Amino acid sequence: MERALFLSFALTAIVAALNVLWRRHPLHSALALLVVLGALTGLYILLGAYFLAVVQVIIYAGAILVLFLFVIMLLNIRAEEARLERRPIFRWLAVPFALLLGAEIVYLVRVFEENPIPSGTSIGVTEAVGRELFTTYLLPFEITSIVILIAILGAVVLARRG
Amino acid sequence: MDVVVEAVVKIVVVFGIVLTFLAYLALFERKILGWIQLRYGPNRVGPWGLLQPLADLLKFLFKEDVRPMTPNPLLFSVAPILSLVPALMTYAVIPFGDRIELFGREIALYITSVNVGLLYLFALSGLGVYGIVLAGWASNSKYSLLGGLRSAAQLISYELTLTLSVVGVLIQAGSLDLVEIVRAQSGTYFGLIPKWHVFWYQPLGFLLFFIAAVAETNRVPFDLPEAETELVAGYHTEYSATKFAMFYVAEYANILAVSALATTLFLGGWNGPGVERMPLLGVFYFAAKTAIFLFIYIWLRATLPRFRYDQLMRFGWKVLLPLAFANIVLSSAMAVIA
Repeated sequence: MERALFLSFALTAIVAALNVLWRRHPLHSALALLVVLGALTGLYILLGAYFLAVVQVIIYAGAILVLFLFVIMLLNIRAEEARLERRPIFRWLAVPFALLLGAEIVYLVRVFEENPIPSGTSIGVTEAVGRELFTTYLLPFEITSIVILIAILGAVVLARRG
Repeated sequence: MDVVVEAVVKIVVVFGIVLTFLAYLALFERKILGWIQLRYGPNRVGPWGLLQPLADLLKFLFKEDVRPMTPNPLLFSVAPILSLVPALMTYAVIPFGDRIELFGREIALYITSVNVGLLYLFALSGLGVYGIVLAGWASNSKYSLLGGLRSAAQLISYELTLTLSVVGVLIQAGSLDLVEIVRAQSGTYFGLIPKWHVFWYQPLGFLLFFIAAVAETNRVPFDLPEAETELVAGYHTEYSATKFAMFYVAEYANILAVSALATTLFLGGWNGPGVERMPLLGVFYFAAKTAIFLFIYIWLRATLPRFRYDQLMRFGWKVLLPLAFANIVLSSAMAVIA
């Protein structure tokens, strides 16, 4: 049962992710991304990481992707895609990044094969995540909040200028 | 196996009751509007118009499904479903009552109780935006597009207040599980005032939650996405027949869900006198409290004019949001003191 669910979620995620790249229309790509996020949510739930599953839907699907849609709809982007295609440098840049990402995946799989997380640990539950964030990872957490604050101020400044 | 059967039965029962109630909610709304405006309201179909929902249903099913010329017929059809499904999924975590004895086994009067229940609800409310935005876009009509965009901006703005207004409740109850939140509100202070969050100490949180909830459900005075004087009918201008009915049901499903949630978070859910001895009584308390909110919703619609768009945004960002932050600071301070 669990394996069947895993396979169906994983397959959905991959097919939808390919669709994000292949679709010509930016809105269709954005919707394919929504499907990817949904499939990932399913995978998180299978892992028992309920908090991550839900938070991912709230933030990525509920906020960020809606903003994507908003921008696509407001600007009615069509001309943009033709322009980007003509810059070959983006295609060549993709190769080293893809290699880097592949290497990271292989490394992570190796690491977790050697010392897997024992099943039944509650890593993704609200309390566990909160405790970790405010003890072990306090500094990165606070730095992230400052970065976000700066980004908000930057957005306000840019909007004022325009 | 028993667990699966129990879950399926519960889901069927809850959805049966909820969907029937939603049909009648529309009738009650028209009746109450009529009463407030000194008219009769629907009274032709059946006694006191009680069969009106049935007639409406038949009408929606058999009407012609008019489609606009759109480059995205698939999205046009999927949008109402995207709007309805999240609205109905909310009922999975709402606790209608405590555990009761039935047929010799203990049955909980909620479909499920997850430890991220409240976040799950916020995730669903975030997904509800898609149906409206995509409907506006796929309709290939200016009124629909403007309605969809307005709606997206409004929902994102008020979602912040909605989420932040509940943080106080979380601090006080110490759980994201709705059942635990209701349990935390049982009992009384000095044997008189119930320990509901609205009395002590989340009155501000309650007010913010309710205002933001009205905005989230696109209701008067925040019904700009479908402001008929400017936008014909907003995002669902081009919809007809069954697809229109889906938007219609989704709107009422959201209203009912938000009212039930306000009851759960702030008015003590199923708590009331005598519930410890007779758990089934809790369902009636829950229904009565929810009904108060539903009445207020309709009352608002009958009495208030609509906000202008810039007023709506200013109110959301410059009044409600700072108050919500203040409420979090206050709640944290109270938690530390207590």
